[in-house]
Amino acid sequence: MSAVMTDPAAAAKYQRYGRPLWRRLLLRTETAIIAAIVLLIIIATATVPYFAQPYTYSTMILNSAPILLMLIPVTLIIITGEIDLSVGSVLGFSSAIFGLSYAAGVPLSLAAVLAIVGGGLIGLFNGVLVTVVGLPSLAVTIGTLALFRGIAVGLLGTRAVTDFPQEVLSFAISPVFGSPLPIVTVAILVLVVAFAVLLHFTPFGRGVFAIGLSPEAAAFSGVRVNRTKLILFVLSGLVASATGVYYTLQYSNAIGTNGFGFELQVVTAIVLGGVSIWGGRGTLLGALAGGVLIAALNKTLQLAGIGSDTISIVTGAALIFSVVVASVSGSISRRRRGKASAASAGA
Amino acid sequence: MKFTFSKTSRKRGVAAVVTVAASAMLLTGCVAPTGDDSGDGDASASGSITVIPKSLGNKYFEASDKGAAAAAAELGLTFTEAGPTATGSADQVPFIQTAIQTGQGAIVIAANDPAAVCNDLTAAQSAGVKVVAYDTDTDCRDVFINQATVDGIAQGLVDLTAAHLGAEGGTIAILSGGANAANLNAWVDAMTAIIEEDHPEITIAKVAYGDDIDEKAYQEAQGLIQSIPDLDAIIAPDTVSVKEAAHYLADTPEYQGEVWVTGLGLPSEMVEYIDSGVIEQFGLWNPEDLGYLASYAAQALINGDITGAEGDTFEAGTLGEYTVGAGGEVVLGPMFVFDASNVGDFSF
Repeated sequence: MSAVMTDPAAAAKYQRYGRPLWRRLLLRTETAIIAAIVLLIIIATATVPYFAQPYTYSTMILNSAPILLMLIPVTLIIITGEIDLSVGSVLGFSSAIFGLSYAAGVPLSLAAVLAIVGGGLIGLFNGVLVTVVGLPSLAVTIGTLALFRGIAVGLLGTRAVTDFPQEVLSFAISPVFGSPLPIVTVAILVLVVAFAVLLHFTPFGRGVFAIGLSPEAAAFSGVRVNRTKLILFVLSGLVASATGVYYTLQYSNAIGTNGFGFELQVVTAIVLGGVSIWGGRGTLLGALAGGVLIAALNKTLQLAGIGSDTISIVTGAALIFSVVVASVSGSISRRRRGKASAASAGA
Repeated sequence: MKFTFSKTSRKRGVAAVVTVAASAMLLTGCVAPTGDDSGDGDASASGSITVIPKSLGNKYFEASDKGAAAAAAELGLTFTEAGPTATGSADQVPFIQTAIQTGQGAIVIAANDPAAVCNDLTAAQSAGVKVVAYDTDTDCRDVFINQATVDGIAQGLVDLTAAHLGAEGGTIAILSGGANAANLNAWVDAMTAIIEEDHPEITIAKVAYGDDIDEKAYQEAQGLIQSIPDLDAIIAPDTVSVKEAAHYLADTPEYQGEVWVTGLGLPSEMVEYIDSGVIEQFGLWNPEDLGYLASYAAQALINGDITGAEGDTFEAGTLGEYTVGAGGEVVLGPMFVFDASNVGDFSF
């Protein structure tokens, strides 16, 4: 592996950078997922009645918006090799805080701030347990998943807060001026761009990848591993709780079970989008595309009148297929590289 | 390493293309056959209904939707059952959206959450789709098919017990579920009132609570039977309590025939006690009739025979004529009694 530039195998490797940009883009997992979305939409438009309507797209985005929002920071956490499974419960907890404080007479905007700050604190709690105490994030966030779901359900009991101001409720699901896309699309795009810049174009983002590849190596290279992880958990808590406020307004309903099970949908979308669950590899665009592919798949199958059991099977099969393909091509890649270096060492 | 492009990223690219092609085939395979169905539905768009249960795979809703399908067949309506596998508050939303887009005449829904489905049900109504709620009311519908009223259930259980005890009456106890369950307490209060009013020959010795927990209900049944020597009957207006009271009787043959148990139960849970003769009768409503009535109400709304206003009347096939009550409610009818003759016909 320590081949120098004159080594023919390494030289060939570096030559690939000389390929035209379009060829490099074509070979990426994200490209394949986006191609799958386009193909799916073409097929659905041609074969599924009523698919080619603006309403299809607006409802597709509305239904998947909470997942698309929450997967953005979680993608960065997964790239560091950690995971955040508490996001669904943070959504529910935020919904409960938002609803209860509004019902107690707190102005709507202040109630939203309270809920979002609460989510940020849960993120901080997760982050401190993972970084300062040094516990595995899987265990920590499964713990907070149960803990804050329990608190959310406990706070509201069987009660539901539903009497939010009508103009705010209408705004939450209103279309962006002159298009069928709901207003939340703007929020998703802004967040994706902000986090994509953070991940792919800043030293912080390169640190995220370096931690995922090897936390020790990253630390020795000057990456502040714990600080990076802590920031990411806080961001995840903030985005999940903001999503909780949005979700509450979208369905005019603050109940403790809001967002139940969403964490797995978030992770499914991210992994489908080519982000390695072991960390170190993946892009935000890929994760978003994974979420959109699942949303489009759901919409298509629902409109085609296919039952939700089958939809679940198709989503699961697509995920396993994508993970298997990535893993198999990864192991072929490793074997070839192993042979190449063995050959060059022998020569 | 991960930052460099290896030779084999071409392999990965090829594999990715295969993924795309395979998912495309998977989809076309799935989509093609049902595409035709939806096409046919076009001609009689308003002659089609979609039934959205709380979740699929629930025997109670399988029974109600079977009734709804039977009514749809009688009426010549195109029938679709579609629903989520989970019971999250917004899980039914995509199915409402699909029903709007496919131009269904009516949506018949048992909402998991009365508020979360409202945006989309309201959108359905403005798109001309009629909305029938069944089993559980929602905030935005044309009519609600109510399976049972408090008085209907209470009267039904008291009538069963009074008929068994006969003119000389006797001492009874009530074994309820959770002490704070609003619906159960309403039934207990209503039963107490009916007994005081119409059946002076019956004395209620005690009201006990099984808390919806099997073991607790079993012990409470045991406590009632052992502590009240002249106990003639137990009314258990809760599926767990009636099952466990029957369970205790089955375990203690010396009390069989001495204490008579009835209540609200599920046929699938009670069938063994009916078959062994420990229990003679119990009540509930018939979910098949509930679905059947909901389909007829949907048809009446589509035809414009009713609007959901109080006093509207419509025909519901073999169930006869129904009148829309206050608040757009249609009550299915008196309590349905299960006994050895019919308990095997139900799977929920």
